Amino acid sequence: MSADHLERLRREGRIVIVGASLAGLRAAETLRAEGFAGDLTLIGDEPHEPYDRPPLSKSALLGMASPLRTQLPRRREIDAKWRLGVAATGLDLAAKRVRLADGDEVEYDRLLIATGVRARPWFKEEEARLDGVCVLRTREDAADLVRRLRAGPRRVFVIGAGFAGSEVASACRELGLPVSMAERAGAPLVGALGGVIGSVAADLATEHGVDLRTHVTVTALEGDTVGRVRAVHLSDESVVEADVVVVSLGSLRNTEWLTGSGLGAGPRGVACDAGCRAFDFRGIVTDDVFVAGDVARSPHALFGYQFLSLEHWGNAVAQAETAAHNMICDGADRRPHLWMPAFWSSMFGVNIKSVGVPPMGEHLMITQGSLAERRFTGVYGHQGRVVAAVTFDNARWLEFYQRQIERGAPFPVEFPTLDRRPEGRQPVPAGFPDPSLPTHGPMVTLSGYSPADQQLVFHPSRH
Amino acid sequence: MPHASLARQITDFGNRANPYPLYAELRRTPVLHEEEDGPYLISSYYDIEALLHDPRISSDATNLAAAGADGAGEPEETGGLPPSFLRLDPPEHDRLRRIANTGFGPPHRPRRIEGMRGAMREIVTELIDGFGDARQVDLVDQFAYPFPVTVICRLLGVPREDEPTFRTWVDPLVASLDPEKRPGGAQEAEYRQSAQEARMRLGMYLSGLVEERAREPRDDLLSDLVNSRGPDGSMTMMEVLSTSVLLLIAGHETTVNLITNGMLTLLRHPEVLGRLREDPGLSVSIVEELLRYEPPVQLVPQRTCITDIEVRGVTIPKGSRIWLMLAAGNRDPERFEDPDRFDPDRGDIQHLGFGSGIHSCFGAPLARLETQIALSELARRLENPRLVEDPPPYRENAVLRGPRHLDVAFDGVR
Amino acid sequence: MRLVVDLNKCQGYAQCAFLAPDVFAMHGEESLLYDPRPEDEQRERVARAVAACPVQAITADGLDRAGASQEASDVR
Repeated sequence: MSADHLERLRREGRIVIVGASLAGLRAAETLRAEGFAGDLTLIGDEPHEPYDRPPLSKSALLGMASPLRTQLPRRREIDAKWRLGVAATGLDLAAKRVRLADGDEVEYDRLLIATGVRARPWFKEEEARLDGVCVLRTREDAADLVRRLRAGPRRVFVIGAGFAGSEVASACRELGLPVSMAERAGAPLVGALGGVIGSVAADLATEHGVDLRTHVTVTALEGDTVGRVRAVHLSDESVVEADVVVVSLGSLRNTEWLTGSGLGAGPRGVACDAGCRAFDFRGIVTDDVFVAGDVARSPHALFGYQFLSLEHWGNAVAQAETAAHNMICDGADRRPHLWMPAFWSSMFGVNIKSVGVPPMGEHLMITQGSLAERRFTGVYGHQGRVVAAVTFDNARWLEFYQRQIERGAPFPVEFPTLDRRPEGRQPVPAGFPDPSLPTHGPMVTLSGYSPADQQLVFHPSRH
Repeated sequence: MPHASLARQITDFGNRANPYPLYAELRRTPVLHEEEDGPYLISSYYDIEALLHDPRISSDATNLAAAGADGAGEPEETGGLPPSFLRLDPPEHDRLRRIANTGFGPPHRPRRIEGMRGAMREIVTELIDGFGDARQVDLVDQFAYPFPVTVICRLLGVPREDEPTFRTWVDPLVASLDPEKRPGGAQEAEYRQSAQEARMRLGMYLSGLVEERAREPRDDLLSDLVNSRGPDGSMTMMEVLSTSVLLLIAGHETTVNLITNGMLTLLRHPEVLGRLREDPGLSVSIVEELLRYEPPVQLVPQRTCITDIEVRGVTIPKGSRIWLMLAAGNRDPERFEDPDRFDPDRGDIQHLGFGSGIHSCFGAPLARLETQIALSELARRLENPRLVEDPPPYRENAVLRGPRHLDVAFDGVR
Repeated sequence: MRLVVDLNKCQGYAQCAFLAPDVFAMHGEESLLYDPRPEDEQRERVARAVAACPVQAITADGLDRAGASQEASDVR
């Protein structure tokens, strides 16, 4: 693009951001901060200004925050046109137009796709409609769940023991509610952190009074005569009575609106290059369409340039900033998105943090602390390199391990570390399930090397 | 021409008033090792920050004793007491600090420190009222020392009137923190013995109070230390004593310097002092900037590495002593724009003043609150305050650096 | 007033929970819970918490004074 053209774009161009949540908002702020003076439009299917989701499964359930009051703070004025409560339904790449559910069309010079993900619903539609069957993704979901929990249900049943499900189970126990949690794998968090750490999570849940059922799937939800859920049927033929069922089976990427657009979009997200530019279905990078946040899948230099799909809060922020920067820059001024994957969770009073890509690790070493004490640092290795780390109540050491990952430090960790226990002298198999088998919602998905993803049927989170 | 090593120049009392040019010189060699068996001095912000989170770096007193030929920078002679958590590694450090925290802060006692705000203000008011008709005071002896001593006594449950007694033991202990003060050679043994004796006597003094609290708990930290029965179990009596000694000393010896350095800095920047007078809320960012610009703990001299580590291409061999030069890192131009300028309005004040990582200052919330109140009240009440002597005379200590006296003249007290 | 804590940065130093205990609370040793939309009467306390955060993880808007700190929260 000529310098003139770019200057015109920055001065009077039209930028449209589809998705008005964390990534969309931060991108808008970055555009303005970096001098974009043209027309900015934010399109969001939810009728609310951008709000934060992590508190919905933590503070909100525990009564420390209102689920309807988690709006994100603004870093600056963005002077945008907001089209809230109206979903984008289509994209015409050639005409550079976004179609909206209300029939409107919005033209753009540059487009950012930040449509994120939605909760994967219970797969039997009729059962999903039973009163008391919930998911937890939006603020309305959270408000509904909070109301149901406050009403004092006899038992809550959580389907899927990933992070979100485990956080819900933890909150229920703290509220004094009986809770059961079913997981197809052998323990909670197995998809994200592997079986070794999963067994710690299993012990934590059990000790806190969660009725944890592993190696089972839910086969049916049973309703009563007036359409309220009353029981959960499991693959081991047991039946558990419950009046609230929380379906926590991971998420679906909001890419349906791009079907037929010609973009490389599919169930695993919208593929983009390291500069956040979307690929078309042929694997050719576009120059006017960018992607950021949960819906993006982008190659990462530190992890063999595999495409990563990261449902991480920090990734949404960082990728939005990079995408926005690159949208109004040229060539050498553009930056790659090289964010180190990182996430946190909190359950049963324990703080869990991670950096890198744990599911890439075949082996795990507990370099500090002890699994039995629930206070430790675990390091994941892949082909002789450190690729990830996880801490349970040991967060202040994590940045050291992040630097180890960045440097491609050797694995196993041969050097001594403070608080190394006998159990941490040798690596052990990390215990990730065969990646071709489904588990519940790993928060990082390695999705191979192909930018075109339309034919794939891999559903990491399907129950 | 033979010249003293930078480490020795930094600890040399003659350079106490302004060590910052030496730190700037130090940063030119961010990993500096000047003498065989001497410490490795780390002076860049990012390296210090990284090493504070590095699990190959030990704070354990026994590792240091094994490494330290001259024992320099050893702040805690045993005196028959076990080391405090300041001088321990995980898991022991973590356990003791968690137990100590149950009576001090969140999640168990989130409001204890904030709840002292009113009492702190009263103490400050009394001390300033006590200036009477004087038109000049020594701010250290008449304000910056008695204030935090009174606060820590109240928090712990140590009688304030015992201060002259315990001060005779605190002084030699604090002096032993100073690498420069270590005589070395023949006098070393004697020196160590006096510090050990001081710690033992302080421990014995506190044991009387602690035993009382074990029998009859009150609403104070000593009672919580001795009676804590959480998931971590309880501290042994000896652990209670070494923790109490640590909290009593650290609870005021650092804050006195933060307050005094603060007032000195404000008197050197009258426009900021003037703004603070109009707007006490400015004390929040002033204190953060002070922790960067004139940190009360200048360096952390008691770390060792438990394996060979590499910092900026330099291999530091296993067992070496490492000095983390916090005050140098705080003025690292690689991290802070215009670092030698005192500017409470700089948005970015992520200082190393309280350290970082698992040993980050336990009493930080207390020190912050005390200093915010002290500085805003001094600014509000002293009319036309000015320095009598600049630079003022300093304490000898190179680690806990601050003026020994700060004579301030003023036209009256509001 | 709206606020958000970057919990990737947070290392559980708990300074905010000392300073504004009605807005920030430690949950266990290291986890932080907070109210993203505190009452206006908490403004001054939140501003103190923003300034004191050792890892500058708190972003808030609608603070009178905290403009500077707010900017800082995203550096590094």
